[in-house]
Amino acid sequence: MQKKFFLCVAWVLLNAANVCAQPLGISDDEVFLDSVMSIQEVSVVGKKHTEIIKPQTLSGMQLSRLNSQTVADALRYFSGVQLKDYGGIGGIKTVNIRSMGTNHVGVFYNGIQLGNAQNGQVDLGRYSLDNIEEISLYNGQKSNIFQSAKDFASSSAIYIYTKRPTFAPGKNYQLTVQMKTGSFGLANPSVVWNQRLSNNVTMSANAEYTYANGKYKFHYRRLQLNGDVAYDTTATRHNGDVEAVRAELGVYGRMRDGRWNVNGYFYTSERGIPGAIVNNVFRRGERQWDKSAFGQGAFEKKFSAVYSLKVSGKFAWDYSRYLRDDEKELYLDNHYYQKEVYVSVANMFAINDWWSVSASADLQWNAMDADLVDFAYPTRWTELGAIATAVSFGSFNAQASLLGTFIQESTRSRKIYTAGSNKHELSPAVFLNYRPFDNDWLELYGFFKKIFRMPTFNDLYYTEIGNANLEPEYTYQYDIGFSINRNIGHSFFDYVGIKADAYYNYVTNKIIAYPTGKQFRWTMINLGKVRIAGLEASCDVAAHIGKVGMKLHTQYTFQRARDYTDPSDSFYGDQIPYIPRHSVSVSYNANYRGWDFNYAFIYTGERYNEQENNRYNFEPPWYTHDLSLSKEFGVGQVRLRIMGELNNVFNQDYEVIHNYPMPGRNFRITAKITI
Amino acid sequence: MSLIHEYISSIKAIVVILLPVAASVVLASCERDEVLIDIEQTQVTEPVFTDVYGFYLLNEGNMGSNKASLDYFDAIEGVYYRNIYAERNPTVVMELGDVGNDLQIYGNKMYAVVNCSHKMEVLTPDSAKRIAQVDIPNCRYVKGHGGYVYVSSYVGPAQIDPTAPLGAVFKVDTLSLSVVDTVEVGYQPEEMAVVGERLYVANSGGYHLPDYDNRISVIDLNTFEVIDVITIEQAANFHRLDCDSQGRLWLGSRGDYYGNLSNLYVIDPQRKEVLKTMDVPVSDMWADGDTLYVVSSEWSYITGSNDISYAKVDMDAMEVIDHNIIKDGTDEEIKLPYGIAVDPVSKDFYVCDAKSYVVSGTLYCFDKYGNLKWKQTAGQVPAHFAFRGRVEYE
Repeated sequence: MQKKFFLCVAWVLLNAANVCAQPLGISDDEVFLDSVMSIQEVSVVGKKHTEIIKPQTLSGMQLSRLNSQTVADALRYFSGVQLKDYGGIGGIKTVNIRSMGTNHVGVFYNGIQLGNAQNGQVDLGRYSLDNIEEISLYNGQKSNIFQSAKDFASSSAIYIYTKRPTFAPGKNYQLTVQMKTGSFGLANPSVVWNQRLSNNVTMSANAEYTYANGKYKFHYRRLQLNGDVAYDTTATRHNGDVEAVRAELGVYGRMRDGRWNVNGYFYTSERGIPGAIVNNVFRRGERQWDKSAFGQGAFEKKFSAVYSLKVSGKFAWDYSRYLRDDEKELYLDNHYYQKEVYVSVANMFAINDWWSVSASADLQWNAMDADLVDFAYPTRWTELGAIATAVSFGSFNAQASLLGTFIQESTRSRKIYTAGSNKHELSPAVFLNYRPFDNDWLELYGFFKKIFRMPTFNDLYYTEIGNANLEPEYTYQYDIGFSINRNIGHSFFDYVGIKADAYYNYVTNKIIAYPTGKQFRWTMINLGKVRIAGLEASCDVAAHIGKVGMKLHTQYTFQRARDYTDPSDSFYGDQIPYIPRHSVSVSYNANYRGWDFNYAFIYTGERYNEQENNRYNFEPPWYTHDLSLSKEFGVGQVRLRIMGELNNVFNQDYEVIHNYPMPGRNFRITAKITI
Repeated sequence: MSLIHEYISSIKAIVVILLPVAASVVLASCERDEVLIDIEQTQVTEPVFTDVYGFYLLNEGNMGSNKASLDYFDAIEGVYYRNIYAERNPTVVMELGDVGNDLQIYGNKMYAVVNCSHKMEVLTPDSAKRIAQVDIPNCRYVKGHGGYVYVSSYVGPAQIDPTAPLGAVFKVDTLSLSVVDTVEVGYQPEEMAVVGERLYVANSGGYHLPDYDNRISVIDLNTFEVIDVITIEQAANFHRLDCDSQGRLWLGSRGDYYGNLSNLYVIDPQRKEVLKTMDVPVSDMWADGDTLYVVSSEWSYITGSNDISYAKVDMDAMEVIDHNIIKDGTDEEIKLPYGIAVDPVSKDFYVCDAKSYVVSGTLYCFDKYGNLKWKQTAGQVPAHFAFRGRVEYE
């Protein structure tokens, strides 16, 4: 009886939270679950064991308001993130967090890591925001001890959660149909069907089709020293087309003090690779096909006041074909296949009110196949074990974890390749948090973490380039910060939030390409050392005038990421490539009776496109201004939302990556119907 | 009353909405224009009076970076001019291009082969201003002879099998500056040499890994047809080709990077046989009269480092004169020797250090005894020389 009452109250509260939009940047833990299940979740995990350092989060309405097509676009609004964007809808988009490199970013999709043993990078441009409920960015790791060993295993982590089924009272289904169109010949329909299968089981099916011809005008203009125009040319970006289908199915169940879910994911695409624009070459003939499928599941239950268990597993299959069919260049037609199997068991013991410990064990198997000449056919077994403890003394919280990783590899090959030696690594992390005041409006926190990334299959075994003797690449992270969250009952201001972090990272044994005497042939070696000092600050303000609600989010990042590999290098002490010292983003939202106006400004300061910080490698700063306007209508049970976006309003010419011009002004129109 | 209140509120709201937009317009208006990168001048040595006015140095630039650049050393002033192309040719869109692969002054014109921009630039030798651009796909090296320049290309115009493209040699008229003929040769041809009325072409087969080519194509320059092939069984992946005063060919092979190492071969083109295997690895070589200067950097999987070597070879006697051409210890600081050239009069020699390919290289000038005279930062991957003087030097 008491439990039922609790559930009812929580249900009401949750709905209330949905109606009064949440302040920006603040996410109550697990609120994204957005259903009765979330109460279960809270009761399983217990408040005191949730993350002690809050992530940066975008969720719900905030996400749908952003001028963003993909997860990668949305991450631009986070502090400490550098997006690598090769331009256009089909271009690869990866992120680098706090200058440690893309391979140090773990990307978790519905709680389980997306793997890519081949190159260690996840193309976030492939994950459309269409069905995403929440994106969170954690520096170090998710500071929550009840998790898989893998959650402890990267330098920073991005968690992407898809929408879970939600139903209006008395309804057992929900259907959402959406269509997007706009510049680059975009046609992007999608459908989400949610169904309640029984009292405790729900289902969500989701499919999306994307087509874009990817064409856009770009512009190169240079002046002479005397100010005269040297050249001014406009051309069309070709071979940036993409066609993709994504389909997902999720089944979610709950039980007494527990829950489970099973998800299936399928993606297939064909795209052009637009390539670098260089003198006399404005068009190339490279194409790529991808197919990826994975199934994953998780089961979580609190068996007693002391003991909780979480079991999860995954099977993934990936196929990629790369074709270069350009009569001027070397013909290539390569096929790559990857398989991954992963299982994890996490146990938590809540010993008493203030102390809990956890232990988790993961096992992963990766294999790769490719039709490259003399390919090594590598297989990798990874065993991970983590123990962690959390203590909570009212205003003071601390967590410590120790991850052990054991890796064995084997190859079969006609030539000289031998497998890399067995690896075993211990990775500690400590997270602290202190809330000196009663209502927790101020938090002081800090963390230390040492972790590594394994060399990828490409690093180790790529024909003629790979080097099987590679050691892991290590990162050491030190961070201190504070956050202030205040709800203010002011006649204008509703909420103010401030967050600031200072950090120092050290990357050593960095895996870099090293030239061999062979012409333009490289090998991979452990050589680089990078020291990174950074500062991140963000501020959120919510205010209102009459019925107009407003939110302002600003974010500033300073990074000094310097190469300290070898004093005899001409770039010793120089900023590493593509890391700006300064970057800023501002987003502003105003809403009034179903109308929603959004403005976003993103600035990336000057950078260098290669190691030497000289004028030949200089990349000028870039910034874009984006606008959007949307209106939501309700007609009986049917909800309709129309949104118009205008991106790069001032039609600025810019490049994120050298010789990869980005699109100028472009637009998108979205219509969404929910029944 | 409440209506008026609401009206005022919405005006306020509009103001608040417009504020950031107004601020952004201000920000947008201060976008800076990008300016071409101008010439950098450095006095590197004393001015001298000489018949060799100086040389151009073509820096390759890393693939995809569009950072090929042209430098000029003025020996009479003792001044090094870095990055001259953009300022001399400001209207050329995206400057010199991607991967400068060869440079030659022939007759009264200079030819710069820009590999990944699929073009040959024809420039004035006195000021490096563009006369014309000749489009040749995947062009590699250039050789002038008899009023024509011959350009090797990795891919010929007509391909029967696109997965195994045959290379070609393009014949360019130095007056009309247009392609007048092409001939298909072996796989991925590189350097060429002329002996008599025959053009010899070294084929690499670089696209055929691991089955490299091991043939020299022989072209009759009168008919511009392949009339013969010289196959060298023990070698693979040909790159450098030159000839000596006795009409013998000097061939530098890259090897297959496994058992078959880079080597230097002397070949009798008439009898189609190897006269001598020199056991000298070759990355780049420069024939000065009958003296051949060689630099090499070969990756060793055993030591995990590059094996660097130098050699000076008497081409007449077919003997290595010296394995240690740098005498003052400067070779210790040269990380990856990539190009070599010899001043035809003073016999000063120049060594290019490409370092890691992705940083600015260094040009070293040594006197004829092998002592450092000066060094200068060059462009990315400095490699190819063309001397200018009272008489034309190759």
